[in-house]
Amino acid sequence: MPVSENSGVKVWHRRTRQESLVRWFGWLLGVAVFVVCWQRISEATTWFFVWDAPRIAGDIWTRATPPRWEYIAQLGRPIWDTLNIATLGTIIALCMAVPVAFLAASNTTPSRYFIRPVALLIIVSTRSINSLIWALLLIAIIGPGVFAGVIAIAIRSIGFCAKLLYEAIEEIDRAQVEAITATGASRWQVMSYGIVPQIMPAFAGIAVFRWDINIRESTVLGLVGAGGIGLQLSSSLNVLAWPQVSLILLVILVAVLISEWVSAKVRGAII
Amino acid sequence: MSHRELDDMLGKGWRKPPMVTSPLLRWGLILGGVAYLIAAVLTIEVDWSRVYEGLDRGWQFILSFTRPDFVTRAGDIWEGLLESIVMTVAASVVGILISIPIGLGAARNIAPMPVYLICRGIVAVSRALQEIIVAILLVAIFGFGPLAGFLTLSFATIGFLSKLLAEDIESMDRVQAEAIRASGARWMQWINYGVQPQVMPRLVGLSMYRIDINFRESAILGLVGAGGIGATLNTAFDRYEYDTAAAILILIIGIVMALEYLSGIVRAKVQ
Repeated sequence: MPVSENSGVKVWHRRTRQESLVRWFGWLLGVAVFVVCWQRISEATTWFFVWDAPRIAGDIWTRATPPRWEYIAQLGRPIWDTLNIATLGTIIALCMAVPVAFLAASNTTPSRYFIRPVALLIIVSTRSINSLIWALLLIAIIGPGVFAGVIAIAIRSIGFCAKLLYEAIEEIDRAQVEAITATGASRWQVMSYGIVPQIMPAFAGIAVFRWDINIRESTVLGLVGAGGIGLQLSSSLNVLAWPQVSLILLVILVAVLISEWVSAKVRGAII
Repeated sequence: MSHRELDDMLGKGWRKPPMVTSPLLRWGLILGGVAYLIAAVLTIEVDWSRVYEGLDRGWQFILSFTRPDFVTRAGDIWEGLLESIVMTVAASVVGILISIPIGLGAARNIAPMPVYLICRGIVAVSRALQEIIVAILLVAIFGFGPLAGFLTLSFATIGFLSKLLAEDIESMDRVQAEAIRASGARWMQWINYGVQPQVMPRLVGLSMYRIDINFRESAILGLVGAGGIGATLNTAFDRYEYDTAAAILILIIGIVMALEYLSGIVRAKVQ
């Protein structure tokens, strides 16, 4: 324990001198990196606009209130599309995530050195790219519309669902699997009677959780042209129709709150 | 003994218990789900000829991953990537610094009621608003550039980190905190010696995770003009320069993987 003597009195210190030096340099380095980053941001910023920001914000606020309530009549179909993008996307993603998860889990994968890395690569690459980027890409490939949105959401969700699912598979109780195997069950029977019942609650939880996230994401997919309420948002923004924008934002907020409530309820019922 | 008698003696064979026990609810859910699916699929307009045409381009895109072009637009890619990283670092630092006091305030067991309500309100607002929507508004207010992206990411970090930190503080061990308080510690000392050591490992882990998320999000903020690699990516898609787009995507995936690996090491070290 580092103790120093200060005019005859022993003083306890938490760290040795060397440790505190290392720490001090670590902090110095961190602060320096932050300052450099901030400087770059500041260089790229037109500060005149920033000083003007409160006035602009006030201006936008007065334009945006009150929301144009009668516009809601035109939002029915976009909301339905948004819901469809999220739900169908989640379903497709789950269908693809299940095999990927079984291939990626170290206790069910058929080949640890060959197939497992491929499955993990699928998980990482689909997870690390945002659904908006997938949507951009799919619009370039299959044209704008709801379908591109569905596929974008589906691809983005595969990695997320498969990752959570394979972690659940790796944590199953081995004894049950062994008991089923001992009865002479085939590989598929072991899977459906020994493994699936154990991961079913996790699976349902993941599905609802991802659906909730997908509702949020599908509300903005329209910004790049992939259907849903985001299309209305981007067209209202383009013509600076702020009362419509504020109404759409309100609708999105309500949709997000409802989906969060539904998913919390369902997960509460399952677990 | 006939076959029939044997069946009667043994009774019905065992069947897997269904997941939803009430039959009415189960069939209602199944029927409702099927009806919804049919309605959803019918209302999605898919231009199959367009999709078929696009398949060729999709294949081109997949092929371009085998020969990504890092060189032609190296300047743009480097600039965009650097801006994304700068935004991520600055926003993570500021976001984490702000979310610590808000997290403390949002924990019911250490904050008084009014503070708790205010902090929970901030968390709820920050979590309900999508990053990209916040970015649109901030770009409208502060002008184009990385400042809007930086503010967006900081704002999103606050909601995420404060909520999880507050939950962690709420579930901490009361005994340790009380022991510190019994020794006559002031409020700051109580937080510093009673609370902080208990939540620090989780805070570090969550911060690493959030840096990872911030980088991923910074890749799309460019789509709405808030700086970062997204603008470069968008341009590449618009010009059908798939090999450049593939290069950018590979870089994003690589950085995300590196961050995940790093955060794994850091988390293993602090726990």
